[in-house]
Amino acid sequence: MKRVILFSTLFAFTLAACNSKSSNQSNSEHEHAEGHDHSSMPSKSMKNESSAQKSNNTTVILDAYLSIKNALVKDDQGAARKAGAALAASIDNFDISSFKASEQQELKDILEVAKEHREHISNSKIDHQREHFEALSKDIKDLVTIAGADRTLYQQYCPMYDGNKGGMWLSASDEVMNPLFGSKMPKCGSVKETISMK
Amino acid sequence: MIKVLKISIGVFIVALVGIQFFPIQRNESSKPPGTGFIELYKPTPAVKNILANSCLDCHSNQTKYPWYSHVQPVGLLLQYHIEQGKSELNLSEFGDYSDRMKKDKLRSMISQIEDEEMPLPSYLLIHKEAKLTVNNKEVLLEFLTKLKSTF
Repeated sequence: MKRVILFSTLFAFTLAACNSKSSNQSNSEHEHAEGHDHSSMPSKSMKNESSAQKSNNTTVILDAYLSIKNALVKDDQGAARKAGAALAASIDNFDISSFKASEQQELKDILEVAKEHREHISNSKIDHQREHFEALSKDIKDLVTIAGADRTLYQQYCPMYDGNKGGMWLSASDEVMNPLFGSKMPKCGSVKETISMK
Repeated sequence: MIKVLKISIGVFIVALVGIQFFPIQRNESSKPPGTGFIELYKPTPAVKNILANSCLDCHSNQTKYPWYSHVQPVGLLLQYHIEQGKSELNLSEFGDYSDRMKKDKLRSMISQIEDEEMPLPSYLLIHKEAKLTVNNKEVLLEFLTKLKSTF
């Protein structure tokens, strides 16, 4: 029974996805025909570029985050735990006082959630580590948007993670090494966004 | 040898009786105003029921205790579980979380329910009524997913 529901849901999603794709296509063809400017239209196949402020504020946090990522790429639960501890320390040492008042609350919220993720990463089996790493990745991205980074970051995405719901992470290299599947599917994913620092 | 055994059994019984005089702190605080998940998001009666039957014992400030919670060390074990549960997610104080945290708690709830990691299998052993049926799961997940999309 469960299977039937699961499959029919999947099927429905697939249909919905196909539908929206074809309607997007016809939209863009339509706009094209009317002579709209093509260059400003976001295209799914094109990699997005964005930029954040060049800064050393987040260096230690990013080092710890990327160590968790590298550990998960290698299926190394123990190393991920350790890197989780380093992340906790780096979050504790992050100084929000130099930021605008309006950013401080957001930063506090981000760091609080990130700390919860790292607790799970430091105390769980690898599947659960991966789940929290995936969620953590969004918070780290938001952190970088506000606080900047010292290196170019690549947002990568694997559409197959979590029963095809998809999952994202950040990498310091544009080469895809999948931390959500590890050795099971090391190459699943692609760069969705390049965040360069200015 | 037999004497040692007798003494240790004696000590054990005395300890077991003794421990009964230290009742657990009961997780039954009166409702805090306005921060509860149910007050905030007004789920349908069906969802409310599911939450009450399957979640709130460990994830709120109002546990419905079974009679044997008065027997130690069972009560102590329950107390430990409830403390753990509340530290991860306290639906009575959901409104106190930041929006970012709320969204993440919802993400966790959805994922734990989908993967049948919650309610805890060990809890289900003695609370058969807390098991989520296929329909329960669907109804609850639909509500949570919709709510998550508002954050």
